[in-house]
Amino acid sequence: MTDARGAAAPLAGPGPLIDVHAHFYQQGSGRASWQELNASRLEAGDRIGVTWHVGSILGTWGARSPTYFQSPDDTAAGNDAMLGIQETEAGRVRSWVAVNPNDSDFALAELERCRRRGAVGIKLAAARRATDPLLDPLMHYAKANHLPVLHHAWQRRPVSVAGQDPSDAIDLCHLACRHPDVAIFLAHIGGGGDWSHTLAAVRDVPNVYLDLSGSGVDRGMLDQALEAVGAGRLVWGADLTLDTGLAKLWALDVIGVTPADRDAIRWKNAARLFPPGAFPGLAA
Amino acid sequence: MSNTTVDVAAMIGTYPYRELPHPDAGTLVGVLDREEIPRAWVGHLPTAFHRDPRKGNEALYRELVPYRKRLDPSPAVRPDWPGWEKELERAVDEGALAVRAYPVHWGLGVEHPAMIDLGRACADRQLAVLLTVRFEDARQRHVIDVAGDLPAATIRAIARAGTGARIVVVAAGRTLIEEVHWGLTPAERELVWYDTSWIWGPPERDFEHILRTIGATRFVYGTGWPLRLAQVTRANLALLPPDLVGARLTDPTTWQVT
Repeated sequence: MTDARGAAAPLAGPGPLIDVHAHFYQQGSGRASWQELNASRLEAGDRIGVTWHVGSILGTWGARSPTYFQSPDDTAAGNDAMLGIQETEAGRVRSWVAVNPNDSDFALAELERCRRRGAVGIKLAAARRATDPLLDPLMHYAKANHLPVLHHAWQRRPVSVAGQDPSDAIDLCHLACRHPDVAIFLAHIGGGGDWSHTLAAVRDVPNVYLDLSGSGVDRGMLDQALEAVGAGRLVWGADLTLDTGLAKLWALDVIGVTPADRDAIRWKNAARLFPPGAFPGLAA
Repeated sequence: MSNTTVDVAAMIGTYPYRELPHPDAGTLVGVLDREEIPRAWVGHLPTAFHRDPRKGNEALYRELVPYRKRLDPSPAVRPDWPGWEKELERAVDEGALAVRAYPVHWGLGVEHPAMIDLGRACADRQLAVLLTVRFEDARQRHVIDVAGDLPAATIRAIARAGTGARIVVVAAGRTLIEEVHWGLTPAERELVWYDTSWIWGPPERDFEHILRTIGATRFVYGTGWPLRLAQVTRANLALLPPDLVGARLTDPTTWQVT
């Protein structure tokens, strides 16, 4: 299908679209195909109609230190690579700055260094549970600089998960209640675990926003997410599977979402929650 | 949609572990219309969790009666249950083109002889054997849902038995598909197909990869409805690179009983 100019029409339809949960790779990622994977994301994003990819690189993705417990050197290398992609792809890529809260002083310095280079939000993964006070200085930094926080989540976490100390919605609600002025994106409700537990937990915590990304495409998930928190607290993302992200956008069109709510989920909520000017040309 | 003729992986009915929006046959027909899919092989989701599938199959046949121009029943046949051959005959009488089997749910381990018996009986009747790898992501399952995913070894064992039955594996990802496909001889591979409902697209591009390495003809169109969004396979096909656009999956209607 092509538009009036003969260009391929975006598969997700016209209008802005912000992917709040993108990942990229770097030379030190331990994957020979890292450049191909980055190109694949951008190419698929173009076909879908992604206007902005907000991405992160979690250190070396386990090549030199664990993905969820990155060393300071790997953290800096990942963030540098991500900011490098942002500079190269200035018209379609923005960066989260990813940090490991265990190295508190380093993490704060890294937030400042990367924010000054153009990072627009903070990515926290699973190096420390969201209930831990070690996260508080980072959240104070987020508030002072109007940065949203994208926090990795395991939807209803088990007692332990190999390779990470994941947080679930209850943990994130603790964090959100301690820091009510910071917008927290609860990562990938389709990314593993029991999303219905998440929906029940976040309903009354207004600064927790649900990122729709993840490979999970359970029917009923989108409907119930809308019912639980409303379109004003949903943000679109793809994470590791752009195909399921596209399917969810198509599904929004058939479950009765209004055009205004659709725009809110596609981009307006994100444009409102990131720092002003994060997405040139887009104003919520 | 290019050559999509049948959704092999649709079901109707409730799921024990979460609410599914309107999982009925009438809604399924509407979904097929929206997705431009002419027909579907339809299983009965509750029956997957029954010990004896007979009554669930009856419900399936009954609920599909008004929609038989679009929906073909895919009943469950449990080959270690008394009278299973009669259930297979009834499937033929009801016009089924495939029967579903759930060896993990029934406690039938790898190389269980009953599954081989089922394969032979299905081959004699030109029925495909449809095997489901999973209903949900392993990370979200209910605490009592402990059956686990269907092992690749179970699929290989049935395929290696030389029954002559067509085997359709649904809800498999790249790893399992590759483990089965490359674990069979070329002749054995020719009787195994995989549905498209649980294969990742870009940026990893699993779907593109296995279309190139294994070939589009080993795949059949599946949605996983009503458990999964029916749009996923359409999205995956739409995101294929230009040289694979229009890749022709296998058309199961060519398997009609002769």
